[in-house]
Amino acid sequence: MPEPNTNVGAMTVRKAGGLSRGVRVLRNLGIIIPLVVITLLVLTAIFAPLLAPHNPTENNMLARRLPPAFMTGGSADHLLGTDKLGRDNLSRLIYGGRVSLSVSLLAIAITASIGTFLGITAGYLGGRIDGFIMRVTDMALSFPALLLAMLLQIGIGPGFFTVVVALSILGWAGYARLIRGEALKLRNSDFVAQARIIGASPLRIMFRHIFPNVINSLLVIMTLQVGMMILMESALSYLGIGIPAPTPSWGSMVADGRGDLDSAWWISLFPGIAIGLVVLSGNFVGDWLRDKLDPRLRQL
Amino acid sequence: MARFVLIRVLQSIIALIGIMVLVFLLLRVSGDPVTLIRSPNMSEEQVQAIYHQMGLDKPLPQQFWLYLSELARGDLGTSLVKQRPVSEMIGDALPNTLKLGIPSFIIGMSLAFLLGMLAATRRDSIWDQGIKFLAVLGQALPGFWVAIMAILIFYQNLRWFPVGGMSTPAHYVLPVATMVFFMLPGMMRLVRSSMLDVLDTEYIKLARIKGLPERTVIWKHALRNALISPLTILGMLFAGIISGAVITEQIFNWPGMGRLAIEAVFGRDFPVVQAIVLIVAVMVMAMNLLVDIAYAYIDPQIRYQRS
Repeated sequence: MPEPNTNVGAMTVRKAGGLSRGVRVLRNLGIIIPLVVITLLVLTAIFAPLLAPHNPTENNMLARRLPPAFMTGGSADHLLGTDKLGRDNLSRLIYGGRVSLSVSLLAIAITASIGTFLGITAGYLGGRIDGFIMRVTDMALSFPALLLAMLLQIGIGPGFFTVVVALSILGWAGYARLIRGEALKLRNSDFVAQARIIGASPLRIMFRHIFPNVINSLLVIMTLQVGMMILMESALSYLGIGIPAPTPSWGSMVADGRGDLDSAWWISLFPGIAIGLVVLSGNFVGDWLRDKLDPRLRQL
Repeated sequence: MARFVLIRVLQSIIALIGIMVLVFLLLRVSGDPVTLIRSPNMSEEQVQAIYHQMGLDKPLPQQFWLYLSELARGDLGTSLVKQRPVSEMIGDALPNTLKLGIPSFIIGMSLAFLLGMLAATRRDSIWDQGIKFLAVLGQALPGFWVAIMAILIFYQNLRWFPVGGMSTPAHYVLPVATMVFFMLPGMMRLVRSSMLDVLDTEYIKLARIKGLPERTVIWKHALRNALISPLTILGMLFAGIISGAVITEQIFNWPGMGRLAIEAVFGRDFPVVQAIVLIVAVMVMAMNLLVDIAYAYIDPQIRYQRS
């Protein structure tokens, strides 16, 4: 009878300790590749003017819908081909990444600040304030962001700022809910009780004592939000309510290619792959960070 | 329980009024709707007559009150672009959205539960790995792009399914698939993790120790308890479905509410956008109310703790 037991034990030991070299390399690749993708995105966004072979908004009526270089009829001058106005797809992709990234990072900074503030306030103060903030949070979580984005589009007109507001106006709610949970747990911890005894004000406790302890969770959520934000931004620009033309953006590039599917499918293909790759990488980095910094968030 | 429901209903009404004020102000500060309909050769008197007819010459609070009383009579206003009553336009579009949304919801939910349960009960098997992989991919790829690639493959190249409009059952295949794509990955992951949590509890261990057949343990004891956490995010899922419907209708030229909304945004057709936002807000509130009540009904802890 003890036979199967020792077997199980041996297996778990082997799993935990002696991973073969190949498996370990593979496992590390799972985080190295996403990190490389994200780094490349950031670098291309910063150095876009140096890297892009052409002006992303310059039309060239003599070179419309050129196929990518690896297909017959393609040229090395336009590695990913051109769109219906003869604009260089690769250059538009590079500049589009710049737009997506800056919109997303700005929106993340805004939502994380508001959400953390409200979450700590609700969790620490409790009572009616907590009840009120959490009701509003629930509503924000269940309202379609796209619809508000449409309203804002009419209300304040299209533009960079409108997109950032549209992404931020409901985006804080996820932070508020999670950070509130953390703050609620910390509220009853010994160090908070000690701070209260020596006479620290609620504001000081919230931001000097509780805030540093939620930073790990905050970082994890922020990283996981990069992908969400890029997806939302691209959906808005796909629908034509994002950053207005002719500024390139991945979503509007997919939309531009919609009419040319029969003759020039590559116009829609590449920006979609770019979005997928970046979002996937962002999510992987977020998952990895969570396992490192805050395994308790795992269930979420 | 009655008190709990009453408080929730009151909260929803207050929130709804808040949204109405917000929408009203946003649209009023955004610019003068008359500039859209006036033609250059109108006289000043004619322009003033339009202002008067639309009630725009009155102070803001009075305008809001007028707007509320019109709403109370079921009057959603007139489209600035189409010159048709908004309620009529919505009456045309809403059934089409439901024809797309309801089958998608049923198929999406069934698939999510089936695959989520499959992954959870066969943890770390090839099924589990495959389903997890699909979920990760599904959450990273933009739905609108996947839909366009589906058009490229199944319409442009293979000619399997038609695209554009809703005239035959075959026209439903790709739009419904797109909608399912929007809701499946998140729900599938949630069902899986919820099921794994339940399978780890003492009462499931007890049910197994008692010698109940695995089928009874999973489908009777575990599934019922695993339903609770997907139910709580039904409200969030609903928001996702609405956003997904707007995108899907736009891609497949589906004559529903989503396309109506997008067209109204481009035409700066305030009354239409306003009406759609309000209708969706009412739907969202009603949905959350139902979820809250169902949740309190299923889980007595919530009922006592909140009232």
